[in-house]
Amino acid sequence: MATAEPKTQTGQLETWQGDVEALRGLVSERAMTGETMLLNMGPHHPSTHGVLRLLLELDGEEIVTCLPDVGFLHTGIEKNIEAKTYEKAVTLTDRMDYLSPMSNNMAFCLAVEKLVDLDVPERAQVIRVMCLELARVASHLVWLGTHALDMGAMSVFLYAFREREKILEMFESISGQRMMGSYIRPGGVWRDLTPDFLPSVERFLSEFPAIIGDYEALLTKNPIWLDRTQGIGVIEPEEALDLGMSGPSLRGSGVNWDIRKAMPYSGYEQYEFTVPLGEHGDVYDRFLIRIQEMRESLKIIRQAIDRLPDGPFRSNNRKFVPPPRSELGQSMEAVIHHFKLWTEGFSAPDEEVYVSIESPRGEIGCYLHGTGGNKPRRVHFKTPSFMHISALGKICQQYLIADVVAIIGSVDIVLGDCDR
Amino acid sequence: MGVSSKLGNLGVVTTTLEEAVNWGRTGAMWPLLFGLACCAIEMMSTQASHYDMSRFGMELNRASPRQADLIIVAGRVTRKMAPVIRQLYDQMPHPKWVVSMGDCASCGGVYNNYAIVQGVDEIIPVDVYVAGCPPRPEQLIHGIMTLHEKVRGERITDWAN
Repeated sequence: MATAEPKTQTGQLETWQGDVEALRGLVSERAMTGETMLLNMGPHHPSTHGVLRLLLELDGEEIVTCLPDVGFLHTGIEKNIEAKTYEKAVTLTDRMDYLSPMSNNMAFCLAVEKLVDLDVPERAQVIRVMCLELARVASHLVWLGTHALDMGAMSVFLYAFREREKILEMFESISGQRMMGSYIRPGGVWRDLTPDFLPSVERFLSEFPAIIGDYEALLTKNPIWLDRTQGIGVIEPEEALDLGMSGPSLRGSGVNWDIRKAMPYSGYEQYEFTVPLGEHGDVYDRFLIRIQEMRESLKIIRQAIDRLPDGPFRSNNRKFVPPPRSELGQSMEAVIHHFKLWTEGFSAPDEEVYVSIESPRGEIGCYLHGTGGNKPRRVHFKTPSFMHISALGKICQQYLIADVVAIIGSVDIVLGDCDR
Repeated sequence: MGVSSKLGNLGVVTTTLEEAVNWGRTGAMWPLLFGLACCAIEMMSTQASHYDMSRFGMELNRASPRQADLIIVAGRVTRKMAPVIRQLYDQMPHPKWVVSMGDCASCGGVYNNYAIVQGVDEIIPVDVYVAGCPPRPEQLIHGIMTLHEKVRGERITDWAN
């Protein structure tokens, strides 16, 4: 047993207890007199999907106000990127939305490519699409497992993670890491596909549709599931747009907005897929949409495999992309490029760009401002989880305390994505 | 187990109190259901079907610190979260253990900046550090096995402290 005393002492945890006056204007007047109850939920709570803290004002079991408190995972990633060259910053973007690191890589790399006007070969674009869609499936599987777990269905979690392992193994085979691969780099991808990657994707494509059927058999018509999700957390389309929601949570309200269709990147306009839309905007519709999205992702992966061309997997522009290692022993120029890129990095103009992509959670936007030197002046990410957490206060109103858990699960938040 | 069974043929096992208690403690060490960042996802993978941490007596993650024996600090510890972790640790009943999972929890990882506590050992005493960003489930399991080894080596005289 460890007996060492902690090196630093931390102060008492601040609580809202006894400090109601500080909340005047944020909660209803009834809380001031003690007519309604203030309840703290989180930051350590099994169903807040990370370190989210909610202050709930309750009238009996009914939510009067729901105030989210974020920042428990604020890591300073954006500030750290300002001290890194563009190549090195990619590894930091992995760790924001840690359920789909590929999407973060993609948003950042697209911004860098737009800033320095770098070409991406066709093969790299197709590989990127394949990885992004695999990441979408993997992310939705975590969402499905934890969402069901929050509502008391333990077995779905075990099934969902079983399939997710297969995708992680594919990522490991191409990038060397299960989760934080930093596989997508400015100018293409880190290295070419490994020989065992495509066969394992093929195997996954043939097995997975039946497995989605299994998930649906567990939940879609399950009366308990229906009771807990239908008519809960309803959000109207206009409201959802006003709150800045995006992705499946927005499409659950029937708004047809998918960046892959609206502002295609990486050749998404060449793929055939449908964007599933909900009708009621409740938790159940958002659930159905994500299930359907997994099927659509499989279609996209299928098409990507079919169209995968031969050729280079990253740009041949040696000012921005390191040369292949095989050249280092033969070409002095390659050695110089390699050395320059891995020590100084490349320079980007003093301009600003904004790029957004469709991550599994919604719109990830990357604002990037160069300095003319090798490091960015400012990087900012517009992340879907932040928008969805700010929308929670609106969505949770008038529902019961048990529904809060269902609603948090249905908007699919990741606190690393929100706080960065 | 290390139990000497001199009277085994009579169906009697002799051991010391120390060994029996330590064996029991390793066999059902329930972790706190507590995740911070990326490592928490790998911790979930470790508990899920493929790696199945319940093989090591961790069937159940308790959401309440009052019912937990072990806290796996999985992820980066921010300055805002640090008091919360300390409070959770204080709320856990003895005996309690701490596994620091991943580089961020162990030493701050790549984030040497204003927001991140440079290692959770600045706040709570750590028994086992698991390296990696994030560590593979096998690495976490190895960390747990290392902790079990440590627990099996504990002396009765230490329990009083």
